[in-house]
Amino acid sequence: MIYVTILISAIFVNNIVLSQFLGICPFLGVSKKINTAIGMGMAVTFVMVLSSMVTFLLQKYILESLGIEFLQTITFILVIAALVQLVEIVLKKVSPALYQALGVFLPLITTNCAILGVAILIIQKNYSMVEGVVFAAASAIGFALALIIFAGLREHLDLQDVPKGMQGTPIALVVAGILALAFMGFAGIV
Amino acid sequence: MTIKENLLKGFFKENPVFVLLLGMCPTLATTSSAINGLGMGLATTFVLIMSNIVISLVKNLIPDKVRIPSFIVIIASFVTVVDLVMAGFLPDLHQSLGLFIPLIVVNCIVLGRAEAFASKNNPFNSMLDGISLGLGFSMALTILGSIREILGSGTVFGFDLSLFPLDDKGAPVTMLMFILAPGGFIVLGYLIALINRVRKV
Repeated sequence: MIYVTILISAIFVNNIVLSQFLGICPFLGVSKKINTAIGMGMAVTFVMVLSSMVTFLLQKYILESLGIEFLQTITFILVIAALVQLVEIVLKKVSPALYQALGVFLPLITTNCAILGVAILIIQKNYSMVEGVVFAAASAIGFALALIIFAGLREHLDLQDVPKGMQGTPIALVVAGILALAFMGFAGIV
Repeated sequence: MTIKENLLKGFFKENPVFVLLLGMCPTLATTSSAINGLGMGLATTFVLIMSNIVISLVKNLIPDKVRIPSFIVIIASFVTVVDLVMAGFLPDLHQSLGLFIPLIVVNCIVLGRAEAFASKNNPFNSMLDGISLGLGFSMALTILGSIREILGSGTVFGFDLSLFPLDDKGAPVTMLMFILAPGGFIVLGYLIALINRVRKV
């Protein structure tokens, strides 16, 4: 039951983009077309689950047992950067089809603050390994969901007659705000 | 570029938030009040100045291929410094900024300036660049934070402006939406539109 709570809370109630403000850069940057949004969503899901597992083990068995938790930020970001490179190399060799689909998005993920944010949140919330993985997967799904809905909205927005000063980023931000307002409707289910 | 130009560019011409559109996550997340915005801005400014200085000092020692990871380690060290100092001396601010202090590491402004400016210029100019962009970022966050605080809780930097009517219990009826997530997006959207308008004229 606790897993269901974590799942629903991370996807809808505390959506990582629309209520926690993590990963805004890719949210605004790669949301012009639905296809690229789907690709980015999948790449983020993959890396987020993998990196949260690795950083969790690192925190529990190396940083905590040596009493050097203050090195958390440095270690996590380096591990995530290395992991993304590794995933890229492995994917290229093992599954060229998947690499074709996700390849372009992988380098962008290193500087996606959602990945580091979720890794740190799992430690802060004192989750167990399994809870952590469920939380990471749910957060990533929440990210993908928000990204895909937003991409759909922006495709429609292209056809609208937007006032000149509002074109581009300003109108996108206002639409994101309205979407965030809609997601606030989920508050209170969990 | 003269010293004056270098020092002033961050406020308007190359403002990280309004013009370059970098570092959106902390911009939106920490500006629920003016003081939080200012705190986040100054923390980022410190990291930006120090990492710019150190990177421009060691730029000739780092091989080209490993420069990005090296920059990240330097930046992460200063972020850790800020994190620990803030937890020690400003626990309340540290509490309310929370997760976004360690996330300065992945703030595009810091790595962006390291790559685009500090790795090509001398330490003095890099320091000025850090000061300029950092204070420009702080200014943007403070403006955004003030607007959201005024609309959302009727105060600015904690001072009551008594703008809103009171309800039966004596509490002001404010537009709470503006200090929650949607307000951040909407206020920033309109601010950028305003700045675009001013810049074109």
